[in-house]
Amino acid sequence: MRNVGVVGIGQCPVAEHWDRSLRDIATEAVTAALHDAGDPAPGALYVGNMLAGQLTGQENVATAVADAAGLLPIEAIKIEAACAAGGAAIRAAYLAVAAGAHDCVLAVGVEKMTDHLNDAVSAALATAADADFEAGHGVSFVALNALLMRRYMHDHGVSREAFAPFSVNAHRNAACNPQAMFRAEISVDDYMSSPVVADPISILDSAAICDGAAALVLCALDDDHLYPHTPIRIAGSACATDTLGLSERRDPMHWQAVADSADAAYRQAGVGPSDIDAFELHDAFTIVSALSLEACGFAAPGDGVRMAADGSIRREGDVPIATMGGLKGRGHPIGASGVYQAVEAIQQLRGTAGEAQIPGARTVMTQSVGGSGSVAVTHIFQG
Amino acid sequence: MQLPRYHRLRHSFYRLEGTRCAACERSFFPPRTLCPDCRSTDLAAHRFGGSGTLYSYSHMNQAPRGFASIAPYTVGMVRLDEGPLIMAQLTDVEGVELHIGMAVEMVTRKLQESSEHGYIVYGYKFRPLILPPTAARSSPPDAAVAT
Repeated sequence: MRNVGVVGIGQCPVAEHWDRSLRDIATEAVTAALHDAGDPAPGALYVGNMLAGQLTGQENVATAVADAAGLLPIEAIKIEAACAAGGAAIRAAYLAVAAGAHDCVLAVGVEKMTDHLNDAVSAALATAADADFEAGHGVSFVALNALLMRRYMHDHGVSREAFAPFSVNAHRNAACNPQAMFRAEISVDDYMSSPVVADPISILDSAAICDGAAALVLCALDDDHLYPHTPIRIAGSACATDTLGLSERRDPMHWQAVADSADAAYRQAGVGPSDIDAFELHDAFTIVSALSLEACGFAAPGDGVRMAADGSIRREGDVPIATMGGLKGRGHPIGASGVYQAVEAIQQLRGTAGEAQIPGARTVMTQSVGGSGSVAVTHIFQG
Repeated sequence: MQLPRYHRLRHSFYRLEGTRCAACERSFFPPRTLCPDCRSTDLAAHRFGGSGTLYSYSHMNQAPRGFASIAPYTVGMVRLDEGPLIMAQLTDVEGVELHIGMAVEMVTRKLQESSEHGYIVYGYKFRPLILPPTAARSSPPDAAVAT
């Protein structure tokens, strides 16, 4: 296996892009990433996307992006792993370079969600769950996370307010990110008074529906002299799965796939949780932040919310999370989110994260989670 | 829900039928054809009794497309007496103070009333346990439910 690094990043602002198509925003991200890498000729394009078949009526998405971005006749393949599609596309690109099949590869994540009303998007997102025994009974994706949050509150004797710092932190950091969807800070009062979607989850526990695209250029580290930026090394890359249905787990409160993918990435990189300078986790809901911190070895069960309360998760803390807004503040264009996380990790490691910069960041972990913890992709980047 | 899929699911939806591994005796709902514990493929249909306790619950204010006519509604995870957890809608909960650990039982109800295909989809839901008449007479309902 060859060593692999990131030499180019690109993103379009996360927003409701009413007048731009999936192909338009993907092209912007791809073009920006290639330009950042000195305009190389990539050998392959891996497109992370979950919902285009349902919400755009467009499958064959990788070909559509390759065509729109002027990259024909490039090898182009769509990678789908529900909300972890972005992380999975990076992993596919990583494997292609590590294996020696290609020397330079593009990974792009793209999602276009705003062409439909909320009920259609809700039904589309629910396809990440078990179609027959979860979605088929009207259980929405928000409700699956609400069931986890209620049980967490019961098991650990905490109130809804214990989750507020996750959302407050994400919005505080998003305010420093020009590409973020929500560039305004919120207060605990704002959090407590926001409308309920599926109790105990409210609007300010949840990442919003939006559009976005982000891209990475990966290369073999032997070839790093060909690119203007010093490569950021991918030190760990791993994917793991768990039961499709949340109720089929022996303990639904322990996210085994998240733990397994993190452990494998730690082993490959030769690091542990204490070496991670920032953790871009999958904060689609505040409960996911708590469960991910616990599954990845940063906190014991029940202590995820304690890390939120004591400020450990802030930019100044021991384990900064969602440093540029996370899924909650930057926005969560489903299949693109994993690639946005990686773009932000590279910005942190290049020292170009602006006001959101974590001083001296050397090791940053990103994690994309699909379904209710049924698939997880973890990457560790080192500058 | 498409008719062939609904037809395929009828035993699970109508009578809570899962499967049980003949080799290691673990039971599954939803049904599986391969046991992930011992990798045996010797699994037979197994009907669950339909009683259990509430593991968690949520009142949904926003319904996915296809469920708008019954919104808002409540969903839950139920720990069946035989072991497996099951995801389902809760019903008959208006005015009931739900709590984790409360006893619930399966009933058959409409899952989707006005499907675009013109038929009604029926299946299991769970409701707070209604005690047998003798038990209800012998003690106050609240005290009995709490046990």
